[in-house]
Amino acid sequence: MKLGELSARELRDRLADNALVLRTGPFAMRMHSPLPQVADGLRRLYADFPLGDGAFCDFHVRVGPPTGIRRWLKPQINFWYDGHSPFKPLPANHAFALLEWGMNWCVAGHAHHYLMLHAAVLEQNGRALVMPGDPGAGKSTLTAALMLSGWRLLSDEIALIDRDDGLLVGLGRPVSLKNASIDVIQQHFPDAVIGAPAHDTHKGTVAHLRPTPDSVARVAVKARPAWVIFPRWREGAEARLSPHSRAEAFLHTASHAFNYSLLGGLGFDLNAALMDACACHDFEYSRLEDAVRVFAELATS
Amino acid sequence: MNGAERCQPLLGVLREPARMADLDLGEWDRLLRQAGSAGLLSRLAVQAEALDARIPAPVRPHLAAARTVAAKQRQAVRWEARRVAKALAGLDCPVLLLKGAAYALADLPPAPGRLFGDIDLLVPKAQLGRAEGALMLAGWHASGKSEYDQRYYRRWMHELPPMIHLRRGTVLDVHHNLLPETSRIPTQAGPVLAGARPLPNMPGLYVPADTELVLHSACHLFHEGEWGHGLRDLVDLDALLRAFASVRFWPQLLSRAAELNLGRPLYYALDCCRRWLSTPVPEEILATCPARPPVWQRPLMRALFDRGLASAHTNCRQPGTGAALFLLFVRGHYLRMPWRLLVPHLLHQALRRDPPQD
Repeated sequence: MKLGELSARELRDRLADNALVLRTGPFAMRMHSPLPQVADGLRRLYADFPLGDGAFCDFHVRVGPPTGIRRWLKPQINFWYDGHSPFKPLPANHAFALLEWGMNWCVAGHAHHYLMLHAAVLEQNGRALVMPGDPGAGKSTLTAALMLSGWRLLSDEIALIDRDDGLLVGLGRPVSLKNASIDVIQQHFPDAVIGAPAHDTHKGTVAHLRPTPDSVARVAVKARPAWVIFPRWREGAEARLSPHSRAEAFLHTASHAFNYSLLGGLGFDLNAALMDACACHDFEYSRLEDAVRVFAELATS
Repeated sequence: MNGAERCQPLLGVLREPARMADLDLGEWDRLLRQAGSAGLLSRLAVQAEALDARIPAPVRPHLAAARTVAAKQRQAVRWEARRVAKALAGLDCPVLLLKGAAYALADLPPAPGRLFGDIDLLVPKAQLGRAEGALMLAGWHASGKSEYDQRYYRRWMHELPPMIHLRRGTVLDVHHNLLPETSRIPTQAGPVLAGARPLPNMPGLYVPADTELVLHSACHLFHEGEWGHGLRDLVDLDALLRAFASVRFWPQLLSRAAELNLGRPLYYALDCCRRWLSTPVPEEILATCPARPPVWQRPLMRALFDRGLASAHTNCRQPGTGAALFLLFVRGHYLRMPWRLLVPHLLHQALRRDPPQD
């Protein structure tokens, strides 16, 4: 059964009863929240996602108002991971964004069965593109544009590399868009479904983009890495790929990984195998149309 | 239903790890959460390695991840201990590792899959100043604490304020005794330092003798006000006792407890280990333990400790847990210092503007 097959009422009730189990890639998440905005966000962005039977869940999460007298003074929300809250409370209207961050935190902090790099992953024709990127480099915008132009999204924040076979594993979860990129994506892709924005977060305004049905439907299909590309948006720049040193790419991904040093020698081997399998490029762009065209040529080359 | 029965399946598999082969998916869901919350997941994951084929597929990645975390921590603590040994090489006294670091470096039974927070050290009080100076030169600083905290630690406690490494962020707790200076139970570090044994391949570093390892773990757990790691510490004690148990060991343990004035926490440790983890403690050892609590107090203390031990995960908790945790917290402070020091200290902590960091 898919989440979208539940009525709005059923979804709210299940969520309030701690009876909603969402499957995102290899993980089953049991979700608990009394908040209508969380139910609405899930309905808007996760409708294509399958529900789990709930016998075993990888993560148990809750988003709701904190206890204590403060909640009567200023409405706040908090995130709980199986009874523990790793974050400070946030303003109540950040509830859905907090759930998304909390889900990322669950994966990044626990799924050490994978090497986890801070990078977006997309796939076309069986070949995967890994895009590390510094904050502000335009990684999420480019990821969103590529997904909406036919690339399959595996992940926009966490690249999961299976330690058993070195293949990339998908999560298929929504893309997190920040500030100006929310409007840019909406203008370029009028059909894109974007959730309610959360204003004044630590990342500015944040809104999440619904993954394409293909990305969700084929989430279990692992992908073979083919390219590591470092995108950078620059005003007026012509879209252009240029070679990037593999050694430098290795160091960059290793130092921006979630668990590279934790995995020790295995982390080194997995990251080295990734670089061996990939062509590494820098990519500079200013116009999304040009960027999408360059990547389409890359995929058919 | 008592705390031990509520903590299933965690208690069952701690007593008998092979039972992990027979759990269904629903039980695994509970077990991973209970064990994760209690800080025992990596330990179970190491014990489950031999059973891997009989463990359901969705569970295996969690156990592999937990083993990875434990392996990394063990490697890191060994590396860090070498740094400490190097920094303190100039001291002409033994430097003892305590608790987790001692288990890991000496390959003791609690070590496999055990997670660490800080590295605990014990040095003679006369050498404390030199030890602090040498560690500062190597990058550890007693920083991030207010002047009040500094005074509190240095004047009343049995340890320096936590020393944090400037670059790596690792934390050392440098002790000069097992319990605070002001503790209601005065103990002495001399016999512990004298009985320590050197670690092979780690010049300058020592671990306490077997009996003192047990006594320190017991007094740490049963004088503590925070019970978040209570069950983890009890599992340490169980592993030590099972490994050391022998006709010669038990009488030595009791006489050492009498000498160090630690009979009471030892009694609680033996009693809880037996009831919670089925540790084979001979009846006559419990019956002849020095400083046993009066008979009327025992059910009361059991009720308190049982709730403290069961507090690790919400689905183990039993009625009265909140009150019990509060009483244990008060008890921890009561044992730490006399009222004339404790009341001003608690008032200061309650009224300070910045909440304590730990």
